[in-house]
Amino acid sequence: MLIWNRAKILYIKKINWHLCLIFAAISSQPILTSMTWKQVFSSSIGRKLTMGLTGIFLITFLIVHMGINACMWAAVYFKDDHGEMFNKAANFMGSMVVIRIIEFGLFFFIFLHIIQGYMLTVYNRSKRAVGYAVDYGSKGSKWYSRSMGLLGTLILLFLIIHWLHFWIPSRFTGVEEVEYNGVKMHNMFALMQTTFQQLWVVILYVLGCISLGYHLAHGFQSAFKTIGVHNKRYQTMLTGLGYAFAIVVPFVFAMMPITMYLGWVK
Amino acid sequence: MEHYNMSLHLKVWRQNNSRDKGHFENYKVDGISSEMSFLEMFDVLNERLITEGKEPIAFDHDCREGICGMCSMYINGKPHGPWKSNTVCQLHMRAYKDGDTIVVEPWRANAFPVIKDLMVDRSAFDRIVQAGGYISVNTGNAVDGNSLPIEKDKADASFAAAMCIGCGACVAACKNSSAMLFLSAKVAHLALLPQGEPERKKRVVSMVAQMDKEGFGACTNTGACEATCPKDISLSNIARLNQEYLIASLTADK
Ligand code: HEM
Ligand code: SF4
Ligand code: FES
Repeated sequence: MLIWNRAKILYIKKINWHLCLIFAAISSQPILTSMTWKQVFSSSIGRKLTMGLTGIFLITFLIVHMGINACMWAAVYFKDDHGEMFNKAANFMGSMVVIRIIEFGLFFFIFLHIIQGYMLTVYNRSKRAVGYAVDYGSKGSKWYSRSMGLLGTLILLFLIIHWLHFWIPSRFTGVEEVEYNGVKMHNMFALMQTTFQQLWVVILYVLGCISLGYHLAHGFQSAFKTIGVHNKRYQTMLTGLGYAFAIVVPFVFAMMPITMYLGWVK
Repeated sequence: MEHYNMSLHLKVWRQNNSRDKGHFENYKVDGISSEMSFLEMFDVLNERLITEGKEPIAFDHDCREGICGMCSMYINGKPHGPWKSNTVCQLHMRAYKDGDTIVVEPWRANAFPVIKDLMVDRSAFDRIVQAGGYISVNTGNAVDGNSLPIEKDKADASFAAAMCIGCGACVAACKNSSAMLFLSAKVAHLALLPQGEPERKKRVVSMVAQMDKEGFGACTNTGACEATCPKDISLSNIARLNQEYLIASLTADK
């Protein structure tokens, strides 16, 4: 009863508002919605939708990428492996037509994510011409949720160096070859070993992974909210899964240069 | 709680009109009772300014009981001040102690231009609601309440969303000046009820379009809005809004 009385007070206070809305309804346009894709994706929600969908695609890519790379640790367990399993896995990915087509998609989505990310950051920044003297700061939100553009930029810087290290040589400038059972392929394992001899490279990769971790700590659960998952039970589940993903995946990636540098993988 | 009096240093934003640049002005107020509300403290200061022949500080207020959504002050870096789930009018001076310095600013967002001092123009919210926050009601006799069965859970969720008083604190708190928490509350409370069904898709599409037109930013789910909202509007309403929008756009006729 108490809550109902409160409701009535609330509504009576707003009665003018609501009355004029009812009149507006009577003269309103047809109910049927017409909407172009351009309208959808240029709206504020559509912009976020692009971020969320490309973000989820990048998350699935990370799982595949991590799985392939983890094959490098076969060299720790099998004395005579010396990176054979890793090289074969990488070669398998590089030689399949389907994967090469998906690679185009991957680049398209990465660039879409980056470009839309920067456009969204600029768009949102422009909405408050005069700022506050005292910032709201972390009283209501996590710092990394407010720094997605910055974290993304750090990831981008890392990505550029990462591409220069591995992707460019394997696709264009060439990598030293190795032969298994008569099949020649790139010795990506050896390339990793030499690349991760330098301490600065290892540090840079670890920093890249930390940036990715924080980006995902917010991004993972946010992406699902963006595509409309509103049920509390799934939100709780996805937030937990998101934190786990944001810790485990970057950790596994970071261990790759670290274990190579320390000479545990030969 | 023990009653006490205090002296405070206030740093208040003063601005003549929307074109004026504006500046902070310092005031020292004495004899403020811990029983006073924050707005009453401003009343005391304004009385003094008037007797001194100075221009009183303009600020919005109406009900002073936390239900109208008019009061709007950004206090020491938080909309509506330090207390959780609270409006400025319900903030009491026992939140402060003698000698404290308090910085008071208006809501900051391009879509909320300053009218004067701490008052901002929030008519953008009215236009968003006019764009679709209504239901069709035919003329004639009022229908019997029981002829429209509504699940208790849905009614509760709808009611929780309908609690939004349109104060704009969510916009003020958001780093993107996004009005998504407000809009999501308005959309969710109707989308959950059978009365809201006829305009369900049209509503969400037009209201989002109006929100964008008014110059609010896009939501990035930081949660700053939920943390400052006096009515505890849940962030999950925004996800619900996203779903409503997605379904409307995917099922559009053309
Ligand atoms: C390469 C540079 C990158 C940049 C510049 C970048 C930038 C951004 C920006 C600005 C946002 C929006 C912020 C927000 O919604 O709060 C975002 C969201 C996101 N990013 Fe990235 N990002 C990058 C790379 C990545 C990578 C590699 C991944 C995952 C593997 C990723 C996953 C996500 C996810 C899941 C979201 C959340 C989307 C949503 O909230 O709907 N991003 N990114
Ligand atoms: S959602 Fe909360 S903070 Fe935003 S306008 Fe409504 S009551 Fe105010
Ligand atoms: S004056 Fe009405 S809510 Fe504060």
